[in-house]
Amino acid sequence: MAFSARHLLGIEQLSVPDIQSILDLADQYVDFNRKSHKHSDALAGLTQINMFFENSTRTQASFEIAGKRLGADVMNMAMAASSLSKGETLIDTALTLNAMNPDLLVVRHPHSGAVDLLAQKVKCAVLNAGDGRHEHPTQALLDALTIRRAKGRLHRLNVAICGDIAHSRVARSNIFLLGKMESRIRLVGPKTLMPSGIDQFGVEVYDDMAKGLKDVDVVMMLRLQKERMDGAFIPSEREYYHRWGLNAEKLALAKEDAIVMHPGPMNRGVEIDGEIADDIRRSVIQEQVEMGVAVRMAAMDLLMRNREVPSGRGVMV
Amino acid sequence: MTDLLLTNARVIDPEAETDRLGSVMIRDGVIAEVIYGEAPAPGRVEMIDCAGMCLAPGIIDIGVKVCEPGERHKESFRSAGDAAVAGGVTTMVIRPDTEPAIDSPEILEFVHRRAVADSKARVLPMAALTKSRNGREMAEIGFLRDAGAVAFTDCDSVIEDNKVFGRCLTYANALGALVMGHVQDPSLSIGAAATSGALASKLGLPAVSPIAERIQLERDMAIVEATGARYHIDQISCAAALPALRRAKKAGLRVTAGASIHHLTLNELDIEGYPTFFKVKPPLRNETDRIAVVTALAEGLIDIISSMHTPQDEESKRRPFEAAASGAVALETLLPAALQLVHAEMIDLPTLWQKLSLNPAKLLGLPSGRMATGAPADLVLFDPDKPFVLDRETLRSKSKNTPFDGRRMQGRVLRCIVGGKQMFEGNS
Repeated sequence: MAFSARHLLGIEQLSVPDIQSILDLADQYVDFNRKSHKHSDALAGLTQINMFFENSTRTQASFEIAGKRLGADVMNMAMAASSLSKGETLIDTALTLNAMNPDLLVVRHPHSGAVDLLAQKVKCAVLNAGDGRHEHPTQALLDALTIRRAKGRLHRLNVAICGDIAHSRVARSNIFLLGKMESRIRLVGPKTLMPSGIDQFGVEVYDDMAKGLKDVDVVMMLRLQKERMDGAFIPSEREYYHRWGLNAEKLALAKEDAIVMHPGPMNRGVEIDGEIADDIRRSVIQEQVEMGVAVRMAAMDLLMRNREVPSGRGVMV
Repeated sequence: MTDLLLTNARVIDPEAETDRLGSVMIRDGVIAEVIYGEAPAPGRVEMIDCAGMCLAPGIIDIGVKVCEPGERHKESFRSAGDAAVAGGVTTMVIRPDTEPAIDSPEILEFVHRRAVADSKARVLPMAALTKSRNGREMAEIGFLRDAGAVAFTDCDSVIEDNKVFGRCLTYANALGALVMGHVQDPSLSIGAAATSGALASKLGLPAVSPIAERIQLERDMAIVEATGARYHIDQISCAAALPALRRAKKAGLRVTAGASIHHLTLNELDIEGYPTFFKVKPPLRNETDRIAVVTALAEGLIDIISSMHTPQDEESKRRPFEAAASGAVALETLLPAALQLVHAEMIDLPTLWQKLSLNPAKLLGLPSGRMATGAPADLVLFDPDKPFVLDRETLRSKSKNTPFDGRRMQGRVLRCIVGGKQMFEGNS
């Protein structure tokens, strides 16, 4: 059964066949995107609005390219940071948008659950491009596609997710996705950057990076936000790099063919050594960006196909 | 005033800890006699046959927010009073966290005037402990006390400065005034929308550990001990705070503690899906904490149940969870929600009424809250078993932010009497 929901709000609500159907279609879009002529009319005549209440260059560009290649009319609405403090504008914005009859909203918001809230109020499909510390489903899907293409499978892999887990929506979505696919997940990082109750997530937690990376198939690094020093989460960048930054020595503990991933943008010399990031034999970071466009095309294409399903079926939220 | 005889009632007497059939005679606004056994012969009095339903002292609810002055669109004395008597609450002890705060005798006078004019339930005001509840300058505790303030509190704004807090307690104590405090360490609880743990982590919500409650409680108890002040803790919500409370009471400190009806009947699992009507302060805890607090209540460690009635309009609740306002309306749901604890056999009716009426009356030195000759005839007649599904649109509060919307509940108020006058009659 293919992915049949009306919105894509998080990985948590997806089934394994849902995930597989998105990844299978994304594989086709990877080939499509490598052609010289890359234009489809799958979403011709449909309106896609990208609403980013939080600054983003890469994700927004990726969604824009994905929509344009599918033939959608894409519009970017820059939501000023100042309008954010007035939370009620979110509902007002939703009502305003309803009146413009868009077909697809791509939303990023700094508050967890805000995209769910918006989805309850608008008539069109909503795609979560990251909400607070909650979920970032297309990032997890693009990571999964990258892993599947590199390793040939998603099950029974050892995956280490390293760094600031507590504040990361990427980590949460990846934990959900890899857990559903029956891979073993290790979380590696300082205890101060682990979410509370993490022992109930079905993961193994490591403070010691050497132990955490031992024999893993995938090393997934997370970005360390510079402001984490303020709240006394960690003492300094240099101590963080020393203990939890990925360098050749630590990577040598992983499997010989382990791949290195990062959702970007990277802090070279903070969470990852620049040479590792650029090592095309280990790093799949550039490929992740490429997969991002394909996965977003697949997700939007499927959401728009579901839109044609008569109402009452396939609504999952 | 005509006499009124309520016969054939299950009379709940929290003082005697009894629950048995009897009649209650009301004369001149006070309870003239409580008669057990055979009903007195009908005389020249108005009679009400209670048909075996429960008759108890009216609820005295400490910590109600009526949004006058400042936010009358959320709740007024009229709407709050109507909601109160419909919920069996005969006395609302109101919070000063209004806009502006009730921190001067002039504002208190305004509140008093409005309350007398519009509220069907009795209103007793609390006043701010510091000016504008800013934790820096002491409010005019003496003047405010003379003007009728029954207690002093900065509500959920914690006085962080130990010198200021200590001096406020010392000054209040010299006047014999009661101080009520909120025990949440602000450096930990700032910005929190949930209790830390696996659920908050999964939802990605900023969270606070229950340890914040213990830390603030321990600090407050140290200063209460040093000053000898009389101190009421507005809400205990977790197991982590209980040992310190037990020690303080054992040491003979003049401390009492309350719990909000929401922390006694709901747990954090309700916030899955980000429903903002479940956002309260402190945030809902896990089930282990809830059971620990209910147990402490039944054992007598926690003295009082409050509604912590906090009206919020749709605008302030229809936001992402972490940006939404905290608080829930509860005047009309306090009684049926509290009866859940009785139906779950965690507490009996007389003990429950100690928490709802007798203990609040004792704390504030009121003659009400008792089923005794000479006590004000503030009474509630209710059917403890009547099932219903709560529809928030039927609430009398101007704001409809109840977490119980759509829930099956049991227990309906049939009549509410304040000072011998019937102020509410429901459909049986």
